[in-house]
Parts: sequence; C-alpha cells; structure tokens
Amino acid sequence: MGELLTVNMGPQHPSTHGVLYLELKMDGEIVVDCKPHLGYLHRGIEKIAENRTYTQFIPFTDRLDYLASMNNNLAYCLAVEKLLNIAVTDRAQYLRVIIAELNRAVSHLVAIGTFAQDLGAYATPLFYAFRDREKIIDLFDSICGARLTYNYMRIGGVSADIPAGTEQLIKDFIAYERKQLIEYNELLTYNVIFLARSKKIGVLSKETALNYSVTGPNLRASGVKWDVRKEEPYLVYNKFDFDIPVGANGDSWDRFKVKLDEISQSLRIIEQAIGAIPEGNPVSKVNRVFRGTGEVYLRTENPRGELGFYLVAEGGFTPYRCKIRSPSFSNLSVLRELTRGLNISDLVCVLGSLDIVMGEIDR
Amino acid sequence: MIVILLKGVSVLGFIAFSAMFLIWLERKVSAKIQNRMGPMMTGFHGSLQPVADTIKLLLKEDIVPQGVDFITWWLAPFFVTVPVVMAFLVIPFSSKWIALDLNVGVLYICSVTSICVLGIFMAGWGSNNKYSLLGGMRSAAQIISYEVPLLLSVLLVVMQSGTMSMQGIVHAQEHCWFIFRPHLALAFIIYTIAATAECNRVPFDIPEAESELVAGYHTEYSGMKFAMFFVAEYTNMFIISAIATTLFFGGWQGPFLPGLVWFLLKSYGFVFFLMWMRWTLPRLRMDQMMSFAWKFLTPIALLNLLISGWFMVR
Amino acid sequence: MLNSEVLQKIKNKFPDISIEETPNALIISKSAFLDVAHFLKDEMTFENCHCVTAVDRKDKMELVYHLYSTPNHFMLTLKTIVPLDDLTVESISGLWRSADWLEREVFDLFGIKFLNHPDLRRIMNPDNWTDFPLRKDFKRADFIPRPQSQGLNK
Repeated sequence: MGELLTVNMGPQHPSTHGVLYLELKMDGEIVVDCKPHLGYLHRGIEKIAENRTYTQFIPFTDRLDYLASMNNNLAYCLAVEKLLNIAVTDRAQYLRVIIAELNRAVSHLVAIGTFAQDLGAYATPLFYAFRDREKIIDLFDSICGARLTYNYMRIGGVSADIPAGTEQLIKDFIAYERKQLIEYNELLTYNVIFLARSKKIGVLSKETALNYSVTGPNLRASGVKWDVRKEEPYLVYNKFDFDIPVGANGDSWDRFKVKLDEISQSLRIIEQAIGAIPEGNPVSKVNRVFRGTGEVYLRTENPRGELGFYLVAEGGFTPYRCKIRSPSFSNLSVLRELTRGLNISDLVCVLGSLDIVMGEIDR
Repeated sequence: MIVILLKGVSVLGFIAFSAMFLIWLERKVSAKIQNRMGPMMTGFHGSLQPVADTIKLLLKEDIVPQGVDFITWWLAPFFVTVPVVMAFLVIPFSSKWIALDLNVGVLYICSVTSICVLGIFMAGWGSNNKYSLLGGMRSAAQIISYEVPLLLSVLLVVMQSGTMSMQGIVHAQEHCWFIFRPHLALAFIIYTIAATAECNRVPFDIPEAESELVAGYHTEYSGMKFAMFFVAEYTNMFIISAIATTLFFGGWQGPFLPGLVWFLLKSYGFVFFLMWMRWTLPRLRMDQMMSFAWKFLTPIALLNLLISGWFMVR
Repeated sequence: MLNSEVLQKIKNKFPDISIEETPNALIISKSAFLDVAHFLKDEMTFENCHCVTAVDRKDKMELVYHLYSTPNHFMLTLKTIVPLDDLTVESISGLWRSADWLEREVFDLFGIKFLNHPDLRRIMNPDNWTDFPLRKDFKRADFIPRPQSQGLNK
C-alpha cells in the first residue's frame, strides 16, 4: 500500500463540529497530511458591520460563536464602550459577569459532551450535559427571551434587568451542577478506555501553542497559566477569587480536564457575584444611535479562547472597520501540526478536544 | 418431515420476533440510561415501534450506488444474515426444544458464525466507498483476532463437560453451573469480551464507528438490505447470549419455571448487560483493540486452559 | 510599557527608518517592516502575534498588526501603509505561525499579497473568485448597502 489515499472528511460529517472540510492524505490508517478548508459558513459579518450602527450589530455578534453568545455580546459592547468612554453601572457589571460565567459553564458542557461522543460514548454523556444546559437555557429564556442567540448586552449596560427569583434559580443550579461534576469525573475522566483514547494524543507543546497564538483552555492545557480575566481584568473580575486550572502535558485529556475544572471555577465566581450584587439599574441609558471616532482593540476571555474586536470609527454612525479576531480560527490552524502521523480515530479525538465552532472561524 | 419443517418455521418465526423485541429493548434501554423516554407513541410504551420500522424499511427505495461491484455488494447482506440464522440450529431452548442436537454442536456454532466476516468484508469492498473499505478491513481484522480468545474459552467448557453437544453441556451443569467454578468464571469473562468484539458492539464497534466513518461498512445500504444487516447484528447478539447461557449459566435449568422461560430470561438478561455496556463506555481505538486481543486476552486464555487442563488430568 | 518606550527602542536599533507615533499605533514604513518585526520578536519579547488585519483607506491600504508581549502585559499596534499600486508586503509567518492563516484572510478579503508566504491562497471565499469583498469599492449587482433610516444620513 505505497500510494496515499485521499479521504475527504467533507463538510457534512458527524464529528467535524460544524461545516469543516478536512482533506486527509492517508497511508492506510495513518494520516500523513491534513488540510482544512474553511469558508462554508462565511456570511461576511465584517462587511455587514460597516453598514450597521453599533447597536444594530450586536445580534450579529451572537452568531459568531453561537454556543457562547453572551460572551460575544460582552466583548463587542466592552470594545465600543472603551472606544467612546461610556461608563457602566455596578449592577450591570455584576450581572454581566454572572451571565458570562453561566454561558461559559454551558459552553464547556457542550464541549465535554460532544468530545465524549466523538470518542464513542454514544450520546450518553451528551444527553447528561445537555440536561444540565437546559436549566441554564431556560434561565436565559426568562431573562432575555431567546435560547441560543441572546442579544442581551447593550452598549452601556444590558437590555433588561433579571426577573425576580432568578437568583434563587442560579443558586439551585450551582448546587445541582456541583453534584453533576462529581458524576462526570467518575464516569468519564478516569475511565480506563477514555484515558487510553485521549492521553498522549495530540500533544501541543508550550512553544507551538504560543507561536500559533492558541488561546483559552487549549493554551492552559499546555501548561501556560494565562487567563485574560486574571492578567488584564475587565468588568469586576478583580474582585473575585478563582483559580486557573492548568494542564500538565497538553494532550487531549488535559484539554478535557481543564474545561471540566473551569466549570467549577465559573460556579465559584457566580456564587461570589450573586452574594455581592449591588442594587441599581443595569439597563443601558445610552442612545441607540450615536457617532464615534477613534480606534480600539479589546480582547476578552471567551470559553474558547480570546475574542478580540478591532474597531475603527471615523465619525459616522457605523464603524469604518470591524475586525473580529476569533479564538477558534487560531486554534484550528494548529490542527495540521498536531495530526501528522496520527490514526484517523485520534484525529477525531484531537479535533473534538480543540473545541472549535465554525461560526466564528468563518464569520 | 413435517416435524422438521415445523421446527424450521418456528425457529425462523422466533428469530423475527426476537429481532423485533431486541430493537425495541435497545431503544428503551438506551433511552432510560440517557434520562429520556424512548418510543412511547406507537403501541403501549412503543412496543409496536419495530413493526413501524420494519414497514418503513420495506417501503424504502433500494438505492444501488454507482460503481459497486454488483454481485459482491448484493450478496453481502446474505452472507451476514444466513450464518446467524444457521446457528439457531443447535441452540437448546429447553430439554425438548432443540432443532437438531448435533454432537459437534459447539464446533458447528463457532465455525458458522465466523462466516459473517466474509459478509462484512464483501460489503466493505463492494460498496465503492473508501469509508466502507476502511470499515470492512477493520472489522475483518477485529473479528479474526478475537476468534482466538473466544475459542480458547469455549474450549475450556468443552474440556470440563467432556462433550461438544449443546444439550450435553447443559446436562453437565446439573449440579453446579459452570459460572461458579473459578477457572470457568475467568473463561466467562474472556468469552464476554471476545463475543462483544465478534458482534461489533461497543467498546469494540470500530467498524461501524459513526463519528469517524459515518457508518462504516454498511454506509451504502438502504432499505431492506440495511434491515438485514441490522437484524443480523441483533440476532448475533442474541446468539452470543444464548451460547453464554448454555455454556456458563446452566442453559434452561432452574427451579419452578419451565425450561424455556428460564432460558429466555437468562439470554435476554445477558443481552441487557451487553446493551448496558454499549451506552456507558467509549470505544477503543483500532490498534489498542488489537493489542488487547493478542497481547492480553490470548495469553490469559491460554494460561487458563493450560492450568485448568493440568488440574483436570491430575 | 508604553508606545513611546517601544518607539525609542526601535529608533535605537534602527536609526534611519521612518516611524511615526500616533495615539493608537506605531506606523512603520513598508521597507523596514520585516526587520522591525524580527527585532520585536527576538529582542523585545513580543512572542504573540494576536491579530493581523487591514483597513481600506480608499487612497491607500493600512495593514494593522497587534503584537502582545506577555512579560510586559503590553499590546502593541503596528501599522504599515501599502500603496494601492503595489499591494505587496513581507509576510511575517516565518516568525509567528499564527500570522499564516491571518495573512491568508487579509489576502482573501483585501487582495494584499504577502511575499514569501508558504501557502497564499484564499481561505474563506471560493478559490476561483476574483473579487476582494472587504474593499470599499466592492461592487456586485446583488450587494446593496442597507438603506439609511431617518436621521442617519452620513
């Protein structure tokens, strides 16, 4: 079997996490080269941004990383607020932190569930993770009316205050999720087959990760203790006490474990924030339509990495240029390096552990 | 003559009914493990769901992909289904209900179920699809590797009972079921692992690994041909459980209830255990599976055989 | 760390290149760009190339690089002006591998060619396209800018 087989893990495939086309050159079962082809979900969002006012663009940011919509909204609103020096009330800041951390927890749950499914634990961890996610999605539904693309944050605050009883729901969820996390650890993390499938697979070294600008849990799994929430705190993150889980080897198991640990850290942050949330009016008082001048580049810690917004404003009602630096884009670029010489089952494992969302890669 | 015909028809009827029941059981078991309900609308708690599925599959268009090697592709489902049906010939449902009590029953079953490999490989090759080819090759390697520990553990049972006839093995367990003897308990564990691999069930379901190869060797089959693969897999699962019941759990023996009821209870209990494993464990990678078979299971089975054999001869 | 410090260090190393400091960024001339990038990576600890993008300024193209220095917690914005009649610039993908795909995206959307790039082809749009969508003069029959609502006249 001397010649190489070209297999198209085409745009429609159960485990490419969206419409990603991987052109694989295989020698038997071993992947010799893997070329990703993108663009199947390209909607021209950056071009659209040049024709929408700043507030009109917020729903578009939802649709970038659609599993962590609140975090995308937050990053964009923070960028515009920095551009125009708009202050935000305290209550809005605490609310934003709570909502962003809840969204981080559910996004990591989806990542864990789909990763376990890619490894062959057919849908059972997925159902358990989605069952937990349902509780948060219902909560978001009662806050802003949507289940996936929320459009909740506004420039200068949020769009509506949380209804009464939400704080109790969140506290119940925290207690419930802590029990569930113990169960996930028992079922998956230290399962012999799971360990055999994911330990030492797709090892990403520190230097490669930094060179490829990999960010988020993938970077932390490779041993770099870097989190924008700690290093350059935005909102009120500097008031909370939380740890940064770091992995030892940078293999797929570490990426999984870091995500699982980050859920518990997010729960800690939410608990502290709920305890300290001040009274006030979080609803944004800023005009819906305004002009802006200047330039800003701001990045926040999304569940998948660092989302950066580069906004250039030339005095009009709409941005002159809006560049979205998406974390999954840089995370995916390291796939080719990681998968040389791996089995196709391992390729699926690595792709699942990198946790990409095509919405923000293609924009 | 009439008796033989009746026996044949009843066995076929049982297979059809059993396959339907197993499909329903799988869906309910998977649903309950995943915290949901499963089929509830068709019949009482979804009991008519398999009937609905069968009717749907019968009515589907039979798509013949372009470029298939027609005879290979067309014959493959038969090569998978027919051996499994043939294996029913020697299963002892009760002391009187056995189609044909061959005195080489065990040898017959093991040889006949091995023909399934041919069918899977033919499906993989004939489909003109790289995914199917990969699936077929993986399956052939897997099944052939796991035949060895399977036969070694079954051989121990034959040694213990002194006969290869299925009824004979059941009668040899009159005083004590084989599962309660330590060397045979080890043989049972080896048998379970090897039989799960033979049947392409998780954790050994690499050949039809949905997340990697779409559907492996039966990607290109639709309609009734797909139904035949499906039925063959579930029936194979039942055969494995029936063999386990006969060889290790005393077959149809048990107090109070008639033999047939005991046999079915034990077999379906073992099937439930197989399904439980499927929905709990992730799957192994191909090379890990192969090294597990050759470097771990086979030496243990051989050692078990040698040591127990030495004790028996002494 | 501030822009002015970086500017001073670059001026010390390369006394005869033209750098301009604006409130937001440092603007380097195209010809000296690769040397300055080498210097920033090797000697000034800017080991993370966070973002590469371009802005179409109608009479010129502005390439914007965001480089991050972890020990100093400082994000440097570096700009290069590229004239419209010579839309090429040196690629920095040899220094920072993250620039590989980011530069491909700039090429795809703006048409700026990166010299010595390992694999410069379109990344998001179809391979056989000839348009560069994010340019300000991008006109297609089916692309209609959103009609302005009342009071929104530019």
